[in-house]
Amino acid sequence: MRLRCEVNGESREVDDVWPGESLLYVLRERMGLPGSKNACEQGECGSCTVYLDGVPVCSCLVAAGQAEGHEVTTVEGLAEGEQLDPVQQAFVEKGAVQCGFCTPGLIVATHDLLERRERPSDPEIREALAGNLCRCTGYEKILDAVRLAADRKAVS
Amino acid sequence: MKPFAYTRAHTVWDAVAAVSAEPGARYLAGGTEMVNLVREGQESPDRLVDIGDLPLTEVRVHGRGVRIGALAKRVHEHPEVRRRLPVLAEAGLSAASPQVRNVATPGGNLLQRTRCHYFRDVRFPCNRREPGTGCAALRGVNRNNAIFGGSEHCVAVHPSDIAVALTALDAVVHTHGPAGERVIPVEELYRLPGDEPNRETVLDHGELIVAIDVPPTPFAARSHYLKLRDRASFAFALVSVAVALDVRAGVTHDVRIALGGVAPRPWRARAAEDALRGRRFDDDARAAAGEAATTGAKPLPHNEFKVELVRRAVVRALSEVEGR
Repeated sequence: MRLRCEVNGESREVDDVWPGESLLYVLRERMGLPGSKNACEQGECGSCTVYLDGVPVCSCLVAAGQAEGHEVTTVEGLAEGEQLDPVQQAFVEKGAVQCGFCTPGLIVATHDLLERRERPSDPEIREALAGNLCRCTGYEKILDAVRLAADRKAVS
Repeated sequence: MKPFAYTRAHTVWDAVAAVSAEPGARYLAGGTEMVNLVREGQESPDRLVDIGDLPLTEVRVHGRGVRIGALAKRVHEHPEVRRRLPVLAEAGLSAASPQVRNVATPGGNLLQRTRCHYFRDVRFPCNRREPGTGCAALRGVNRNNAIFGGSEHCVAVHPSDIAVALTALDAVVHTHGPAGERVIPVEELYRLPGDEPNRETVLDHGELIVAIDVPPTPFAARSHYLKLRDRASFAFALVSVAVALDVRAGVTHDVRIALGGVAPRPWRARAAEDALRGRRFDDDARAAAGEAATTGAKPLPHNEFKVELVRRAVVRALSEVEGR
């Protein structure tokens, strides 16, 4: 089948998509967007988190056909050229990245949280990131990064 | 993965006609369950009929209660659901993760399949997945399995949180199927495994849940969901309790108690309800209800702990709801 959707602001069209493929597979293998990661492939780890019509979803659980005609934003779509998104910048500065596999999903989930909440409390951050597993950091540096990004966003 | 066709339905009747016409056709709603099942091989459809475009997304309060469209998203955030049906809001929020809740649907949640490891891992025999192959859980690691309602053919538990809450609220589902429309109490939607564990619900092939109705009851507003699990996010319940309570002048006028994580369907603890009704709602009554909730439990070698967990969870849920 042919799949048409808008990805990171661009209209994309790919042919020979198989309906059993996930949106994650289409993004990574057919559109050359490897930012979203394939880890658990069951919706538990959040590494594949992207925006679908403005809400974060696990792209591994979205069948390719379900994305037809919809808008997708991946982690690649958050930076403005070379200018990192404030969430990305905060993750770099606070050392919230170790192996980096969970990072794209955490960036998208955090980006969404800060779109909805100015200066979220720690419980709100934990709840918002409950769908993203990290096996390296112990989450402390991630929480530091989220707080830093929230502070900068609030004063900007 | 076997190839399959994918089509989108634009009306309920198109959807019902499309799935009814083909034994190997299945509905696809949010996809958070079906996409996994197809990928892992527990389901191998010939056709997926995507119902995501159907106009079944509304949550509406009316004179006869709250109607929840089968495709309504994030029902637990709806202000009227939170106010009128706290047990349902809490159960919905306790399920999965934000990313999954953004996509998942109430109809799909009710019809999700068991998380029994031996059902999910297609290398093992499973009567639910492949009738007649046997039940690996009975002799395997059955810590997560049923203590009520199982059979010698299957001891899987139903994983839904909202089904437990909806059972405590006397909710019903509305369906459209090849034989017309009907209304089914949520509790009666599920069949016990008996000797046909593969027949999980009373729905006919092609019958589609279009809405859930929660009637107005004197106990819905004072209700609560307690979910106990191995880790605080994503995990499914080891034991969960939905309680809904109508206490008048210190005496329990009416009550509903339903258990999750312990049976192949939401398990109404009627003996526990009877232990409360007509009595003062105090510590003694709550302790008696906790004890009564374990009536008929048949634990497996690895889940004896669930019996005590049920007893304590019922007492705690009743204590927590008291202050509301």
